[in-house]
Amino acid sequence: MDGSSSDPKKVFNESGIEIKPLYGPEDVEESGGIEFIGEPGEYPFTRGIHKEMYRKRPWTMRQYSGFGNPIDTNQRFKFLIENGNTGLNVAFDLPTQTGLDTDNVLAEGEVGRVGMAVDSLRDFEIAFDGIDLEKITVSLTINGSAAILIAMYLAMAEKRGYDIAKLRGTAQNDILKEFIGRGTWIFPVDASVKLVGDTIEYCAEHAPKYSPVSVCGYHIRESGCNPVEEMAYAFCIAKAYAHEVMKRGLDVDEFAGRLSYNINSFGNIFEQVAKYRAGRSLWAKIVKEDLKAKDPKSMWLRMIAGGGGGGLTFEQPEMNIVRGAYYALISALAGTQTMALCSFDEAYTIPTEYSARISLRTMQMLTHEMGLCETVDPMAGSYYMETLTNQMRSKMEEVMADVDEEGGIKEMVRDGRIQAKVSKQAYDMQRNIDSGAFPKVGVNCFRIDEEEEREVEFHDYDTKDADLQVESLKKVRASRDQAAVDKCLAQLKADAEADKNVMPAIVEAVKAYATVGEMTDTMVEIYGRYEEPIVF
Amino acid sequence: MSNGDNSKIKILVGKPGLDGHDVGAKVVVRALMDAGFEVIYTGLRKTPSEIAQQALDEDVDVIGLSSLAGSHLLFCQKLKGLIDQYGLKEKLWLIGGCVPKKDHAELKKIGLDGIFPNGSKLEDIVEFIEANAQVKEVA
Repeated sequence: MDGSSSDPKKVFNESGIEIKPLYGPEDVEESGGIEFIGEPGEYPFTRGIHKEMYRKRPWTMRQYSGFGNPIDTNQRFKFLIENGNTGLNVAFDLPTQTGLDTDNVLAEGEVGRVGMAVDSLRDFEIAFDGIDLEKITVSLTINGSAAILIAMYLAMAEKRGYDIAKLRGTAQNDILKEFIGRGTWIFPVDASVKLVGDTIEYCAEHAPKYSPVSVCGYHIRESGCNPVEEMAYAFCIAKAYAHEVMKRGLDVDEFAGRLSYNINSFGNIFEQVAKYRAGRSLWAKIVKEDLKAKDPKSMWLRMIAGGGGGGLTFEQPEMNIVRGAYYALISALAGTQTMALCSFDEAYTIPTEYSARISLRTMQMLTHEMGLCETVDPMAGSYYMETLTNQMRSKMEEVMADVDEEGGIKEMVRDGRIQAKVSKQAYDMQRNIDSGAFPKVGVNCFRIDEEEEREVEFHDYDTKDADLQVESLKKVRASRDQAAVDKCLAQLKADAEADKNVMPAIVEAVKAYATVGEMTDTMVEIYGRYEEPIVF
Repeated sequence: MSNGDNSKIKILVGKPGLDGHDVGAKVVVRALMDAGFEVIYTGLRKTPSEIAQQALDEDVDVIGLSSLAGSHLLFCQKLKGLIDQYGLKEKLWLIGGCVPKKDHAELKKIGLDGIFPNGSKLEDIVEFIEANAQVKEVA
């Protein structure tokens, strides 16, 4: 709901586009025609990045999981794989995400709580034990400390005998969005973007099949922006990373094909599907025309999409199972490569085995029962869908032009302008929900008595898991070659100081069992820490 | 009671621990500002002592915490000791976010005056503060 109109008969979608009661061919023509539709698998990829899409292979099902220590997490991974997960989406605890070791005083009470605790390579060896890394692609939901965890993943795989030149996988590693929402930043903005550049450059050379960055419109949308802005900001951020790497002399075709996206599916079904279709063609155009790529694969908007937590509610939590099914439908109609659904209890807690399995079954119903894999881009050709796709694309371009005019996304993040803008939108939305102007079932309409409300079953947090992790860290510290660790950390510091790519030094330190905290502190000595601008 | 003049009430909104979910905290900050209160937002990742110290230095009337990553009980227990130590016992103490019902009794026991879990209405938070904050007598 845009709310920009005083005429109550007019209807607007969240992106502020007026929705007509009926669409015809003239609307498609007026909004830009059919120029961008094209064929699936061909530029500009509006209809999908592959010719046959799900006919050839359904989307990867990759539920978010990880908690406690690496032993617990390994068991959950195996449970999910047994139930049909075809990828892993690893959750890390907050100390790991913010570069703290388990025994740091600031980590107290947070170890293993919202994800798996990781201190050293040892933890990755345990967590991925017995999992075939060629069959199951692994996505690491890590940002502030991503350079370290990517190095750990590569080192673990290499140790197990995999050829990292062929290894697939993804890291989230989108730090600019962490400053806008989600908040697991460590270093200042410039150093953070430099580190993202280091990982892209390193992977392009050593692990060319690995996707080192998944640019997240998702969390900016969760923080309050509308669907058009979600895509536009994500593209601005992806361009910032591309420029960081290209200024080092890399050709766009050496890395752009490994950039991927994480996009949020909640809200108006048609607006959402149009968002993905529009976004696909706009990103293709940006990569081709602005970044001058020649390889069509560089122009692909590859993505993970799925249920947005922002659409789920505390009230009547079991209704979130139904919402999740609609979000999965949106993502399937939109042609995502990978899907993850927020579980129905996600507004309360990290998913239990029970709720994670419901999410998996939801996706499996679409692939197996409901015909979502049978034909490519089934929404194409609808007057409404094609008009909306054109309109959404134009609006995305407008938002991107505005960001450029305001000095670029990095500048807007640095001084907190974008954070203030997005949080103002979240406030306006909350007021609209509170007043009932924006209907939310079970929240401001169709409510039930509080006594009838069901509390969900909580994932148990066990402090014993944290104690075990502290013990395990002690053992690692006692058994490693300390002189080798010191040497590696000194090299990391020297490379950071000389403004070199720090990935080779991090990889060596990881192999010597240096810890996340030790490597982070070493880099903080050179790069400093981010200070959050408080802007309202 | 606020006697209808919210500008005399000073509120600290804090983000304890490592939790990075700040959408709700910032929404509440804006709602409180719009209601006329004086509001200070701490930003992310504050320790109990940082929050207590800021509450003392800024001489606030209300301390509001926002927690969504599950570590609210431990944090509030730690903050409780500092609140007593710094003489901040009389301040109105609130928490919001992902705070399940099963923890409410324990939080009340620790000394929380108001609990506003996700889904709470902004105007309910404003009204609670208006009704319960103790305004300092200006000498």
